[in-house]
Amino acid sequence: MMYYSRLRMLGVVGILLISALLCLPNFIKSPSPSLPWHQVHLGLDLRGGSYLLLQLDTKSLQHDRLQALEAETRRDLLNAHLGFLDMTRDDDNASLSFQPRAESEHLADRHVLDNIASATPGELTVTEQDGRLILTLQHDAMKARAREAVSRSIEIVRRRIDSTGALDPTIAREGDDRIILELPGISDPERIKNLLGTTARMTFHLVGPNPTQQTPGTTLLPMQDGKTSLAVQDQVEVDGANLSDAAATRSEGRWAVSLKFDSKGAEDFARITTANVGKLFAIVLDNRILTAPVINSPITAGSGEITGNFTARSASDLALLLRAGALPAPLAVIEQRSIGPSLGAASIRAGMISLAVGFVLVVVFMFLFYARFGWYADIALFANLVLILAILSLFGATLTLPGMAGILLTLGMAVDANILINERIREEVKRGRKPLQALQSGFERATGTIIDSNATAFLAHVMLFVFGTGAVRNFALTITIGIVTTLFTTLIFSRLLIVRWYAHTRPKELPV
Amino acid sequence: MLSRPLLRFVRDDRQIRFMRGRYAGLIVSAVLSIASVLLFFTPGLNLGLDFRGGIIVETHSPSPEDPAHMRALLEKAQIDTASVQSFGSPNDIRIAINLPHGPNAEHQTQQLVDHVKQAITASEPGTQIQRADAVGGSVSSELFRDGILALVCSLGMILVYIWFRFEREFALSAVITLVLDLTKTIGFLVITRFEFDLVMVAALLTILGYSTNDKVVVYDRVRENLKKYRTMPLQELLDLSINETLNRTLGTSMTVFLAALPLALFGGSTLTGFATVMLFGIVVGTSSSIFIAAPLLLLMGKKRLRRAN
Repeated sequence: MMYYSRLRMLGVVGILLISALLCLPNFIKSPSPSLPWHQVHLGLDLRGGSYLLLQLDTKSLQHDRLQALEAETRRDLLNAHLGFLDMTRDDDNASLSFQPRAESEHLADRHVLDNIASATPGELTVTEQDGRLILTLQHDAMKARAREAVSRSIEIVRRRIDSTGALDPTIAREGDDRIILELPGISDPERIKNLLGTTARMTFHLVGPNPTQQTPGTTLLPMQDGKTSLAVQDQVEVDGANLSDAAATRSEGRWAVSLKFDSKGAEDFARITTANVGKLFAIVLDNRILTAPVINSPITAGSGEITGNFTARSASDLALLLRAGALPAPLAVIEQRSIGPSLGAASIRAGMISLAVGFVLVVVFMFLFYARFGWYADIALFANLVLILAILSLFGATLTLPGMAGILLTLGMAVDANILINERIREEVKRGRKPLQALQSGFERATGTIIDSNATAFLAHVMLFVFGTGAVRNFALTITIGIVTTLFTTLIFSRLLIVRWYAHTRPKELPV
Repeated sequence: MLSRPLLRFVRDDRQIRFMRGRYAGLIVSAVLSIASVLLFFTPGLNLGLDFRGGIIVETHSPSPEDPAHMRALLEKAQIDTASVQSFGSPNDIRIAINLPHGPNAEHQTQQLVDHVKQAITASEPGTQIQRADAVGGSVSSELFRDGILALVCSLGMILVYIWFRFEREFALSAVITLVLDLTKTIGFLVITRFEFDLVMVAALLTILGYSTNDKVVVYDRVRENLKKYRTMPLQELLDLSINETLNRTLGTSMTVFLAALPLALFGGSTLTGFATVMLFGIVVGTSSSIFIAAPLLLLMGKKRLRRAN
């Protein structure tokens, strides 16, 4: 207890030196790009910027899937020369059902549905009720689909944000169906909100046999101008996912968007336009018809052009969105927080001043009340600060204003361990123990108390970390790290200082 | 200069008979806590943006700005504000807007914040938007649920930990004391009208952690003394334990208080409320270790901890 081997001493000093080195990147520029140079990142509340929480519209995801299933079922039934009555989608129950045309076709119908279901194992169940055949989407499969959609959305959101020139944005999944977006330096996120507000799903459809009336298998969609509408077939002929490029161009004096398809897109496009010359072909973007030209001749070159009422800005934004790809479902902003750069700078100042003043107050208190051992506690306190900063730097963690408050409170709590030890030593001295014995039993008896009291604070803050979000979570993080470093600096480092002092001076009396 | 400490809170040989004041302590504490609970129901906590949902916009103008002018400006843009106030300096204005109702409220909330920003920058060109927060209804209710869960789980874990490390009487009196501390802090929040948001939950949890820490140290000494003085009456033993740890109790309260003080003074709008509540919690937590936790232990432990008496 009162003896530190040379190895242990070197270990303690080594840890502190390494920690000091790890803190360096926060204060000086990297001398060489090949060195690992990890820094603490400032949170949005300190550097200014925006935080957006996006919610994926899972209802729309399910709706789209049901619509695609209906189109598939209709096609497969027709191809098998089977008839059906009253095919309906039920969004509430996530199901699609129809009545077989005749009892004799029942088995064949069921066989078609089973085939569709077997293409995606685990996603669909086929059941029967009151003579109707029902295809139902499974809840778990829809959840998995939502998770997958979030992953894809994150990619697309990243591409869209990158093309706006935003600097190091953070895009992360939150729960099953949410995305967190952090945009440092962007305190007015309006343009980004607009860019994310469109799914930019572009599809190409044939127009139904009766363009003005909704019939089974078609949906009435509004034209771009919002005045008229057209009934287009639900069946997607070419998907915007098969675009390889899009750009804003000028065509006959007006703004247009030129498209290039990949090989599958070009093939689909050629097949459809060859088979449907003379018919209307609708280009649909987010449930609005951009334009619906007549197919004059087969288009086999794999490229095309959309003309509509574009301005320079809307044509280039649409091209950007098409290049980035469509979101699998709409994303809605449900929480938004933005901080201007000057408020952030003021917060940094407030945090630094508080830290400095608080540190000095605690240091002076410890000296006044505990003399030499108080100084040792102060040295340990400084080491504690270095260790916390080192750990935060090492992991490239973020520091927010509440995080800085957490560090300061940790420092206030950290000296508790020194106080406990000193008071114990003092008691032992009063009881007539010799200095060595007093130190020894003081340390020994205080250790259990220190661990007990820190454990409860640790538990409380782990809970806060688990349930908290954002800046509050950062507070819990710095306090939790601080509790661990405190155990090191008080139980090991400040004890080492006292032990070294004792070994060198062999005092007859302790300064307590 | 380094040979002896310059200051000390209490002389080492002083024995204060704290337990004599046990009933006074418990009654005062109970009255304050009951009053706090009543305050919690009326007028209730001033819920912050995190838990209430809605919009907060803070602006900074180059010259002093009249809140009434800003309110009129927003009214002209058909924006219904809940409150428009100066805060910090006369150049700074804080605008609060309630959560819109109706089927499309989430979307409206997010559009409204842009609308407010546009209205301000259009008619007050020099004014900067310092902060613009919009929290939808679904998020705010989740944040509230998570905040309460964090508090309840912390209390539960502290109970389990102390039960495991000490004995039933210790755990129960600690948790009862913590609940009393917590209710008083909530009463303080109601009176001061500080906004109750996630940062405040963090403050409450820190107070819980700190207050527990304080009780653990006193209990630790009680447990030690129970073994050491096998025949000492419990009341005397508790007094002895409190006195023995008194310098430490006051010392640690002081250092945490000194650490939180600059946050309350210079921490800015985010931290002032947080730190002020912390300061209150430190005072309550320290006094409850002496005047509540120990008397409760005396009441509950009379039979079990000291059968001899």
